[in-house]
Amino acid sequence: MASYNTSEFKSGLKIMMDGDPCAIVENEFVKPGKGQAFSRVRFRNLKTGRVIERTFKSGDSVEAADVMDSELQYLYSDGEMWHFMNPSSYEQVAADAAAVGDSARWLKEQDMCTVTLWNGAPLSVSPPNFVVLTITQTDPGVRGDTASGATKPATVETGAQIKVPLFVELGERVRIDTRTGEYVSRVK
Amino acid sequence: MNGTWQPTASIAVLRERARLLAATRAFFARHGVLEVTTPVLGRSGPRDVHLSLVEARFPGRQDATWYLQPSPESAMKRLLAAGSGPIFQIGPAFRAGERGVRHNPEFTMLEWYRPGFTLAQLADEVDALLGELLALAPARRVRYRDVFQAQVGLDPMSAANVELAAAAQRAGLRAHAPTDRDELLDLLFSHGVEPALGPGAVHVTQFPASQAAMARVADGVAQRLEVYLNGVELANGYEELTDAAEQRRRFDEQDAARAARALPRPPLDEELLAALEHGMPPGCGIALGMDRLVMLATGAHSIDEVIAFPLERA
Repeated sequence: MASYNTSEFKSGLKIMMDGDPCAIVENEFVKPGKGQAFSRVRFRNLKTGRVIERTFKSGDSVEAADVMDSELQYLYSDGEMWHFMNPSSYEQVAADAAAVGDSARWLKEQDMCTVTLWNGAPLSVSPPNFVVLTITQTDPGVRGDTASGATKPATVETGAQIKVPLFVELGERVRIDTRTGEYVSRVK
Repeated sequence: MNGTWQPTASIAVLRERARLLAATRAFFARHGVLEVTTPVLGRSGPRDVHLSLVEARFPGRQDATWYLQPSPESAMKRLLAAGSGPIFQIGPAFRAGERGVRHNPEFTMLEWYRPGFTLAQLADEVDALLGELLALAPARRVRYRDVFQAQVGLDPMSAANVELAAAAQRAGLRAHAPTDRDELLDLLFSHGVEPALGPGAVHVTQFPASQAAMARVADGVAQRLEVYLNGVELANGYEELTDAAEQRRRFDEQDAARAARALPRPPLDEELLAALEHGMPPGCGIALGMDRLVMLATGAHSIDEVIAFPLERA
């Protein structure tokens, strides 16, 4: 497996640390006037999400992690695994609940998602920043109430629960910001 | 930032930098210290294993490698041996492989020598200089052993290597096969002690004997002074080694260490040894990073903010 030297460390670099794939968040060069140079590195464990700090001697190397982001199309879920396909090669991969995580709330069939692959297997899934989903359940709003900022709960086709303005009706399509889980607008 | 033709330091900062340089010169003129200019190109360079020398060649003279000096120490000591009296210099210094928020491979060093001074007198002069340039109160003075013990919980003079290694491990510091005591001390000091030195100026003295190449060792302790400002290393001073034989021995030791690590081996600095053999007056010297001083004066977070064109734009 390829390796990186401390002189190549930079934000975003994917490395292996204690058996887990990690991404460097920050790399600081530390050197006393008369002494050994070090790299103080903060990196995110891509499996656990935790940020850890470690110090390396200048000139040390670490194993590179075979971590790649790819844009894959979400196909379907069988309850246990979520299936994605590369639209050009037609290759499929299956991601488990751990990899899919919270994005399961927003996955709509045929949407393109960013799937982070480690050694070819899904490590994490990011839905697109915005998704358009149909309201499958909500109480009727008060007619004409388009001005108040009040919201009501609603369920969308993926099963996710969101808050929408009172004028949004059952069967309407809405745009949601997946990063915040918030309603953005109605979509015709 | 816009086009890379532009400086990374603002004109306002460059003005403040100029003011500090002028004030420094005025300080030394007032104190009777002579300004000197010595070559940046040299036939040899320091053999410290942790220094990487920038090399230069003259076209057509492929036989000779010249070295860009990481500090003007060697030439200035030769001047001292020639009877110059107290001297100072502000000029470029070069260290390959050192690039970061507080490092640029080419930087500006203020270095001065005081024949006849004790380390305590040198510390007083540093206080006076920083007091004038930055309106700073005199530094808090601490001993290496005390601050190390307070932060790391071990006595750096007597703790076993395995104990130091364990402490490093606990602090999440990764030192490959840590059998090198100096490496462990460096690691623990720069990572554990320096950040805890606190705001204002701090002078650390009485370093372990192994931690100074050109300093006199007395009572098992290196006669060395480190100046920190707001936790950033600003200057490194010594009671200078004047014994030519001891200096030669250290140069040989360093050469062997470089050979063992397959590092480039610069030739022996015969001129400095000859000067020491002739006789250099006892006294102290100190090297201060001027760019760091400007950073601290202007509140800059990165050295790029105080240098017109750092390496990537040179």
